[in-house]
Amino acid sequence: MKKYIDTGKKDTRSGFGAGLLEAGRRDSRVVALTADLKGSLKMGDFAAEFPERFIQCGIAEANMVGAAAGLAITGKIPFIGSFAEFVTGRVYDQLRQEVSYGKTNVKIASSHAGITLGEDGATHQTMEDIALMRALPEMVVLVPCDYNQTMQATLAAAAYDGPVYLRFGRPSVPNFTDPNEPFVIGKAYILNEGADVTLLAAGHTVWEALQAAEALEAEGIRAEVINVATVKPLDEKTLLESAAKTGAVVVAEEHNMAGGIGEAVAGLFARTSPTPVEFVNGGDRFGQSGTPAALMQAYGLDAAHIAAAAKKVLERKK
Amino acid sequence: MHTNDQLKSLSTQVRRDILRMVCAAKSGHPGGSMSSTDILTVLYADVMKHDPAAWTRDGKGQDMFVLSAGHLTPVYYSELARAGYFPVSELATFRQFGARLQGHPSVRKDLPGVFQASGSLGQGLSAAAGMALGKKLDGDENFVFCLCGDGESEEGQIWEAGMFAVHHGLDNLIAMTDWNGQQIDGPVSAVAGEGDLSEKWQAWGWRVIIADGHDFDSIRSAFELARSGKGSGKPAMILFQSDMGHGVDFMAGTHKWHGTVPKPEQLEDALRQLGETPLGDF
Repeated sequence: MKKYIDTGKKDTRSGFGAGLLEAGRRDSRVVALTADLKGSLKMGDFAAEFPERFIQCGIAEANMVGAAAGLAITGKIPFIGSFAEFVTGRVYDQLRQEVSYGKTNVKIASSHAGITLGEDGATHQTMEDIALMRALPEMVVLVPCDYNQTMQATLAAAAYDGPVYLRFGRPSVPNFTDPNEPFVIGKAYILNEGADVTLLAAGHTVWEALQAAEALEAEGIRAEVINVATVKPLDEKTLLESAAKTGAVVVAEEHNMAGGIGEAVAGLFARTSPTPVEFVNGGDRFGQSGTPAALMQAYGLDAAHIAAAAKKVLERKK
Repeated sequence: MHTNDQLKSLSTQVRRDILRMVCAAKSGHPGGSMSSTDILTVLYADVMKHDPAAWTRDGKGQDMFVLSAGHLTPVYYSELARAGYFPVSELATFRQFGARLQGHPSVRKDLPGVFQASGSLGQGLSAAAGMALGKKLDGDENFVFCLCGDGESEEGQIWEAGMFAVHHGLDNLIAMTDWNGQQIDGPVSAVAGEGDLSEKWQAWGWRVIIADGHDFDSIRSAFELARSGKGSGKPAMILFQSDMGHGVDFMAGTHKWHGTVPKPEQLEDALRQLGETPLGDF
């Protein structure tokens, strides 16, 4: 199968920070807001280079959403940054009225998403944010997989006219995508071609899916690995073509079952071409404290679980 | 500038619009609309720098307005129509299926004059603060106005916005509170114990102005005082003391008309009381 090289572990949030800085250089309308998490969101370089375009909001996320909407109405391109839970669930109604229904060009920079936030535990580990953001009409939902892709996705979000939810994470993870490949909103990236089973993944689970595909290859199973970097709108054509070819699908995500990528994909197949699907996700539960690696393993989100799910769905295909 | 008599005539017409709109729609919020009518009449007639014919949502080169208390669409739409943003006859479509005049302000129907959606309370002041900051970043010298309710000010986000506007020196932001002392479930004092809004906004660092929301001289001078704060680095909050349902005796001073529609005979009575302009449709 196609080889992917980890060029050195990096956190995806730093990819956002680098992308934000570059977006700011390309377009003077880009402004950045945070609720006392400049350092965590890696907004420091942007703030240093564009101090007048960096807007500290204090620990007041609801107001940050509204202020960003107001800035967008006057023609700015605001990125609002906080931890995933605090920039989605905490401010759902504000995002709904001020950004989504209000049609304002606000970019939601959502860091520390999922279980890999780690040691802080369940209050900070949202496994529900994709469901919330998918539910908002017209919201674009992006879940890039590594540092390079998160940087490119940030640039794509800045260039896109409309609300975007951009999800990334805290831990350092393998960095393996082409740093110069522009991010295309609405495109699912085929990372490896295979005829037996389709592995769909997004965010941190993409690397895990690649590792699972290698393990499966050793057992003679050819897995197609697709990076579903845009969760909404789904790249239906790419997904349907792959499912038609393999006839078996696994969806792996660092998110709970309800409203996640798995259900989005299952809905697509149910509408068009029913296909067996196995789900690798957090189920219906809260996280807890631990290291990211321990939690990925304990919550069944790592390569071993993806490979096991692939074998299970292959059984159902027969 | 309009004379007080002209303003009175405009306000009376707006109150008649409000009652006709909610009666035609068989829903809507007349009480707070009528307590804030005189304030918004002065704002749109004499205070705001705005050009309805050249309106764009980015508000460049113009003053902007956000209705944070989004349920006050009857007065808002009437003021916009009377100011020339859209035909007065369109007021008859309020809350009807397919209408641009949604129950609460929408930016999805291309209704000129509406800068932002509102209705879920407590959010408009944040949006107005963002607009004011946007104008500062652009070197646009114009103002952003925002109308809140006193009941609405129970929302925590109002106070988040209050902190933000001071911290960022938004002296181009003029907020108003329709301080009518009433909300859906009863008097504000009985429902939430909100206390003295004047002391609260002063403690937050705002320039606080108290005015009579039904006295045109008082309203006018409050706006003049608020605008004179440009350069102070502080936003202004005008607390307009007002009566819910003002202008119609059986509707005045009670929360009961917050979201209640007059019966046909009550509408007739109310319009008779507001008889200073010719009767007729919108």
